[in-house]
Amino acid sequence: MTDTNRERRRTRETAFYLFTQQSLPACKPVLTPGWVITIFLCMGLIFIPVGLVTLRASHSVVEIVDRYDIECVPEPFRIDKISYIQDDSIPKNCSRFMKVHKYMKAPIYIYYQLDNYYQNHRRYVKSRSDKQLLHGRKYHDTSSCQPVELNDGQPIVPCGLIAWSLFNDSFTFIRERAELKVNRKNIAWKSDRDHKFGKSVRPFNFQNGTLIGGGKLNPKIPLSDQEDLIVWMRTSALPSFRKLYGRIEEDLDADDVIVVNLINNYNTYSFGGKKKLVLSTSNWLGGKNDFLGHACVVIGSSSLILAIVFTLLHLKYRRPYGDTSYLPWNRKSLSG
Amino acid sequence: MAGARRRKQHFSRIHAFSCGKASFKGDHSLIGGPGFSRVIYCNDPECFEASLRNYCDNYVRSTKYTLATFFPKSLFEQFRRAANFYFLICAILAFTPLSPYSAVSNVLPLVVVIGATMGKEAIEDWRRKKQDIEVNNRKVKMHQGDGVFEHTKWMDLKVGDIVKVEKDEFFPADLILLSSSYEEAICYVETMNLDGETNLKLKQALDATSSLHDDSSFQNFKAVIRCEDPNANLYSFVGSLELGDEQHPLSPQQLLLRDSKLRNTDYIFGVVIFTGRDTKVIQNSTEPPSKRSKVEKRMDNIVYFLFAVLVVLSIIGSIFFGIETREDLENGKMTRWYLRPDETTIYYNPKRAAVAAILQFLTALMLYSYLIPISLYVSIEVVKVLQSIFINQDLHMYYEEADKPARARTSNLNEELGQVDTILSDKTGTLTCNSMEFIKCSIAGTSYGHGITEIERALAWRKGSPLAQEAAEVEGQVKEIQEEKPSVKGFNFVDERIMNSNWLNEPRADVIQKFLRLLAICHTAIPEVDEETGRISYEAESPDEAAFVVAAKELGFEFYERTQTSISLYEFDLSGKKVKRSYNLLNILEFSSSRKRMSVILRNEEGKLLLLCKGADSVMFERLAKNGQEFAEQTKEHIEEYADVGLRTLVLAYRDIDEEEYVEFNEKFTEAKNVVSANREEMIEEVAEKIERDLILLGATAVEDKLQNGVPECIDKLAQAGIKIWVLTGDKMETAINIGFACSLLRQGMKQVVINSETPENKALEKAGDKTATAAAYKASVLQQIAEGKQLLTSSNENSEALALIVDGKSLTYALEDDVKDSFLELAIGCASVICCRSSPKQKALVTRLVKTKTGSTTLAIGDGANDVGMLQEADIGVGISGVEGMQAVMSSDIAIAQFRYLERLLLVHGHWCYRRISSMICYFFYKNIAFGFTIFFFEIYASFSGQAVYNDWFLSLYNVFFTSLPVIALGVFDQDVSSRLCLKFPLLYQEGIQNVLFSWLRILAWAFNGVLSATIIFFFCIRAMQHQAFRKGGEVAGLEVLGATMYTCVVWVVNCQMALSITYFTYIQHLFIWGGIILWYIFLMAYGAMDPNISTTAYKVFIEACAPAGSYWLLTLLVLITSLLPYFAYSAIQIRFFPMYHQMIQWIRSDGQSDDPEYCNMVRQRSIRHTTVGYTARFEAKSKSSKER
Repeated sequence: MTDTNRERRRTRETAFYLFTQQSLPACKPVLTPGWVITIFLCMGLIFIPVGLVTLRASHSVVEIVDRYDIECVPEPFRIDKISYIQDDSIPKNCSRFMKVHKYMKAPIYIYYQLDNYYQNHRRYVKSRSDKQLLHGRKYHDTSSCQPVELNDGQPIVPCGLIAWSLFNDSFTFIRERAELKVNRKNIAWKSDRDHKFGKSVRPFNFQNGTLIGGGKLNPKIPLSDQEDLIVWMRTSALPSFRKLYGRIEEDLDADDVIVVNLINNYNTYSFGGKKKLVLSTSNWLGGKNDFLGHACVVIGSSSLILAIVFTLLHLKYRRPYGDTSYLPWNRKSLSG
Repeated sequence: MAGARRRKQHFSRIHAFSCGKASFKGDHSLIGGPGFSRVIYCNDPECFEASLRNYCDNYVRSTKYTLATFFPKSLFEQFRRAANFYFLICAILAFTPLSPYSAVSNVLPLVVVIGATMGKEAIEDWRRKKQDIEVNNRKVKMHQGDGVFEHTKWMDLKVGDIVKVEKDEFFPADLILLSSSYEEAICYVETMNLDGETNLKLKQALDATSSLHDDSSFQNFKAVIRCEDPNANLYSFVGSLELGDEQHPLSPQQLLLRDSKLRNTDYIFGVVIFTGRDTKVIQNSTEPPSKRSKVEKRMDNIVYFLFAVLVVLSIIGSIFFGIETREDLENGKMTRWYLRPDETTIYYNPKRAAVAAILQFLTALMLYSYLIPISLYVSIEVVKVLQSIFINQDLHMYYEEADKPARARTSNLNEELGQVDTILSDKTGTLTCNSMEFIKCSIAGTSYGHGITEIERALAWRKGSPLAQEAAEVEGQVKEIQEEKPSVKGFNFVDERIMNSNWLNEPRADVIQKFLRLLAICHTAIPEVDEETGRISYEAESPDEAAFVVAAKELGFEFYERTQTSISLYEFDLSGKKVKRSYNLLNILEFSSSRKRMSVILRNEEGKLLLLCKGADSVMFERLAKNGQEFAEQTKEHIEEYADVGLRTLVLAYRDIDEEEYVEFNEKFTEAKNVVSANREEMIEEVAEKIERDLILLGATAVEDKLQNGVPECIDKLAQAGIKIWVLTGDKMETAINIGFACSLLRQGMKQVVINSETPENKALEKAGDKTATAAAYKASVLQQIAEGKQLLTSSNENSEALALIVDGKSLTYALEDDVKDSFLELAIGCASVICCRSSPKQKALVTRLVKTKTGSTTLAIGDGANDVGMLQEADIGVGISGVEGMQAVMSSDIAIAQFRYLERLLLVHGHWCYRRISSMICYFFYKNIAFGFTIFFFEIYASFSGQAVYNDWFLSLYNVFFTSLPVIALGVFDQDVSSRLCLKFPLLYQEGIQNVLFSWLRILAWAFNGVLSATIIFFFCIRAMQHQAFRKGGEVAGLEVLGATMYTCVVWVVNCQMALSITYFTYIQHLFIWGGIILWYIFLMAYGAMDPNISTTAYKVFIEACAPAGSYWLLTLLVLITSLLPYFAYSAIQIRFFPMYHQMIQWIRSDGQSDDPEYCNMVRQRSIRHTTVGYTARFEAKSKSSKER
């Protein structure tokens, strides 16, 4: 046995001793006024600049929102929107104008936004079959897809309520009479395309039932390429949500007017949901949302205020630490 | 060797009280009837009749489970807990479509938790099993037939076997003694394991079998024993032995009980009558009362509170769900058509919304189950076991001399140790060592002995007299002398006038000679000669007796042999020659508590008859002859002096008897002894009384009942901590008061309220014999004394004087009666110290119960003897001293320590720590689960209460067992608010536990509120920051899985950092667990996300692909973390600065480096001394105060 070995053993023994005697070396921080003030100041000094940067980032995002669900129902039908939307014989075309108020740098993301739509309802979330999406009709146990599991005894691919209620409004964008090219590839998560939706699984017996939900799918294209479906099937967390529709890969200048030709197919009228079309740029923060920035600034400034208040209190009330008069047991004995 | 000891005389002739002969009377007529049906075929256990009986074997099982019953039984135990049962129901429901998450993820944590608890049970039971195996495989010599005895395992013994037990072996089963190495077939038995008494008990076989001395004599031995069925009564036994045609009665006198030990006897032969679980000791073993700590009881209430919250949340959720579901169909038209309300299941059917709502209620119960910490109970158990290990390991509580560490026998009560309000302490063996030292004596009116007692020292110090110096000088001398000679246990006597045969030159050498001879003869001790060294040691019934014999030996009168009829000594005659004398022992009149004296009658070598007697002063002086009172006055004075300094005194006297008187006495005495009736003892007493008179006084002895090391210091600290200390002792009042002074429980200037029934009027009444009148008078006087005491109490409170209450046992009987006990308790609580003397074991337990139930405060009883068992079991915590008085107290205690002084560390350090740890751990547990549970609930508001969880199933189920459990355990095991040194320096810190400051409902609710606050901040910040816009540069929006992962990240961070913020003690273990928990979460997220999407479902690549590259994810985590912690941080910063709690003050002191500044420490500590505080610091304080006033 070498000396170092013995040494090591000895230290291990002493460490064990300290451990069993509960006297391991320990860091015992105490919240002294100095520390408190320093921490408050640091928080203020960090969060205010971070908040300002975040706010700036949020403001630099250009976002155009256009609600079209009411405007796109022709005047005569507005009393009974539900029967309008459910009547297949009426053409659903509609044109909207969107004014770009600020220069928008490509890529510009196109979203549709639905409000009051509970994609996070348990019945809805569970109503899918991941295995069928990956393996197709080979996979039979799709009971989770009820009631959109079978039609005429044939399995439905993709089954389930989510796929069945696929969003099917479509949009085309025209700027100065020229159609803007919308890239609708790569709008879904790559992992979904590669690993969750089968490359050889093609829609089958889809939307053939008596009750048609949402959009139809091209039975020739495999599911992994049906990116609208993939996007739709990532259920949203909240009842108000946006989904990516495509990208415009040209810059838009301020004061450009964009004509949107849309087909208003999707029924949100039954449950009083709204439909919006959103064009937005993005940066490191994502889309436009002032919340993070505001929150940072508020937290930072309240920390600063707390630091100041605490300092003042600390200076005003120089109470010795050893004053035990208000400890619970002393309070009791004093009153008693 | 054995042969040499055989004498034809019967020892029973000499022993008056213990060796009664049994005869066929009374109970023996029952033999053969119901309850007395047992038949044992001695030496023939294999015979046909015996096999019909089918008695159980001698295998003893102390385990709770067997291999077969382990699973059903322990599972049943587990699910008896309300919380566990709830989780079981959840797990079963998880397999139905009601479940909001997958079944496996729900069952797994339950399996882990239950598995861990069952594992603990299994390990504990395995230890018991090993012990069983050890015991059952012990060997004993058993008769194999043909007179051959061979070693056999205990468990293979059968009823009817003949066994040969050798010296210092345990009896393997209940035996009937047949014969022993002694001619008259007696044997000595130590029953320490049964009743805790260390004295040896004498057993004797029947005459009929006493001749079976050799192995070979059993070759043809046959007998049948008929006796009672197995029962739990240790002190009764009825049976008969059929030997040939003769019947002989059997009594407890022949019964040797399992677990007692053969002493001073080379071997015995016995026949096995009760085996295994039929033995009296096993029949007698009762389950100790299970104790639960107050913290745990309150914890149950919190769990119920959380259940209530859970149910309320579920009801709210299901009502809203019902409403929203009903609206899915309006006039037959679908509103939320994408949910297909037209073709739905019962769970979502708008037409039967009420049913759907009720089913949803069940789902919600499962979903919000994360409010209830599933791992709480198992974590607490793990923590408590680890805490107990720390207690056991503490070297400061390790008693090196006896190699005894502290031992927490139950881990249930660790935190209760931090809340003790009243300590009820035994005196003998607890405060004192129970080793008696012969220290002084008064012979012929002269006091001998320079030794200075602890109490004298204390007294001297108290009086501030110059005696202190003097005492120190004498002590120096004593030390010198002691250094010359090796110290002898039980002997601390120093006086050159007597030692080394100098007594021969004293004026009354003849009296001294008689005195010393009496010491050497008048006792029941047995000498044991060490064969190698020739040294003699003594086995005595009580330590005082041993002290006398040792003293006599040290002073030249060496008692070296006792036979059944004689006692032999080496002694000095008056010319200083050493001679060998032996005395013919005729009778022993034994000590009893009513007689308070013992005598021996003997014939010396000259043929003169002598009666030697020693006893308490109260009974002895009235028995002195007129001409025997020569030194009575001086002796009385000396006795008072001795008693004053806390010594136990005995008066020694003798008498010459003439032949006729003796013959007459002996006749009556033998007659009385042979009477078999209830008043036999009384008759014997009466006879003895007649001969014990006209005594001639020799002098008095004084032995010191030594205080244990460090007792005064320990009591001082405990008193400063605000713990009340009551002493409950069986000793007489004077001794108790003396010990009280020695321990500083009493001090000069303290008013003593003495409740004493031994007034002359009462005594007169008692003599008159009217029992009801006596009782009424007693009660009246007790009531009156209590009333007076109360008056004194109110007046003393005004002048801030301290009172001490001293009660004797008789008064206590009346004071504990239902209509008196309230006012008695009121008085007792008002007093600074309480001493109950002459109290019986039952009274000790009753006092304990009174304090426990009436004040509602936590009581701790500490004791070492079998007479303390009741008190230990009754108290909230029983602490046993693993001292000399056997194991009985330790076996029924919750925690065993070796010395009283360790109580200081056990309570002030470990108790405080454990209390703090457990209470902060439970608070934190509720915090983290409320924080987590409420985020789930808040999400439901946005998911129309449909029961969809925001988190992935496995995130949910691993929350409690994985990411947040280790830091809590670290908190529960390692946290320290202040170091042990400071705990002891500022004992008042202990008040935090007594007042339950750290586990008040306010504090618990504040933590719950903090949990809700954290949940609110986490949830709303997350959904506001990640609402509908893109959350990263690629334009993707956050779906359910991203929001879930982000929120979960925030929860893990917040909860772990909250822990880091609320503790002030970081070793690398804390760092490892807290930060490790967070890192573990990320590792888990990556590993789980990398698995096949079928397994990981919504978590598939969620971190790598979605969250990690998004700046907003990280920023949000930071923001939520800081915001959630900010309220707590601001609160605690202000609280610590402006309203610090006591432990925080001490932290200040430590961090400011002021712990070494005595002035400052005194300032913090000053409040710990109040006028009602006892202990020597308080005494010093009181003294300096009174001198100032002067």
